[in-house]
Amino acid sequence: MMRTVRHRTGRKIGWVAVLLSGAMALLYLSTVSAQESTPRPPVSDDQVNAIAKQMYCPVCENTPLDVCPTQACIEWRELIREMLAEGKTETEIRQYFVSRFGDRVLAAPPARGLNWLVYVIPPVAILAGVLILFSALRAWRQAPSVNPASKEPSTQATTTENDEYTQRLEEELRKL
Amino acid sequence: MVETQKENIPAATARRPRWGRILAWTGLFALLVLVFFGLLRAQKGQFKIGERAPNFTLTSFDGQTYDLADLRGKVVVMNLWASWCKPCEQEAADLEAAWRHYQPRGDVVFLGVAWTDTDKKSLEYLDRFDITYPNGPDLGTRIAQAYRITGVPETYVIDREGVLSYVKFSPFLSVDEIIAVVDPVLEK
Repeated sequence: MMRTVRHRTGRKIGWVAVLLSGAMALLYLSTVSAQESTPRPPVSDDQVNAIAKQMYCPVCENTPLDVCPTQACIEWRELIREMLAEGKTETEIRQYFVSRFGDRVLAAPPARGLNWLVYVIPPVAILAGVLILFSALRAWRQAPSVNPASKEPSTQATTTENDEYTQRLEEELRKL
Repeated sequence: MVETQKENIPAATARRPRWGRILAWTGLFALLVLVFFGLLRAQKGQFKIGERAPNFTLTSFDGQTYDLADLRGKVVVMNLWASWCKPCEQEAADLEAAWRHYQPRGDVVFLGVAWTDTDKKSLEYLDRFDITYPNGPDLGTRIAQAYRITGVPETYVIDREGVLSYVKFSPFLSVDEIIAVVDPVLEK
């Protein structure tokens, strides 16, 4: 009799254990599936425009992609949004656009080939300008000491001219 | 005394190294040459009939490669379009009808080049107009640059020798118009 009761109790515990483990397995699976089905956060316009503003569409030259209202640019921005939603990085997106549409899509041309000139010429021109200005200033400062004799006659002439002019001016004023 | 000083100054200047100046003038000259050729290229304008058509390679959306040089002996009708281009829609069905008209002959090739378009939209467009001739993206806009296009649609008819025979800078208005353009090129 006692054995039968113990046997029944053991079977009940066994069933409870099976049910509990089943319930836990279901709970775990539902949690996992819930995590898997969680959608990615939507890509904001700011995220799209942060990339788009560094690009130009060949259809509407001189208008950055983030503000261009044409249908072509709207579709390009939509493509950027899709790629961001797929988890692509900014570099990957830019590389894709360059491979599809050429270097012209980039606001800043890549530093290769003749494009180097864009990066080299402005600083070289500024440096050359500074050097020319510096040498010119130095030459102007040195000029009187290099050849003072040549300057003297002209200075004297100017002074004489000024005196004559002043005299004439004074005379004219007196007449008035 | 003054004259002696004056004579000495140029002599001293002449002795000074002038490499900096030579380099600066050479650089400036090289830059002007580059600007000149850049402007010359920009001023070239459209291709003229009778000129050799620039070679190009098109990889279609289904992965086939078409090289213009390999199509010698055939008349090539190359149409540049975009899914966002409304005038392109006007001629899409007519181009397809013309392609179906010439397809049995085997000596006319129609090639569609999608310019600055996204693949998704291009494929939707091709589906919408049931276009069956080969179409592909203009990778790097190389074809558009080689042909110095001004927009879409543009259609180029290239004869069997690879010479440009006809250019259309607007949409075709009917199948008959396309046939009237292609037939004389076939008879050449």
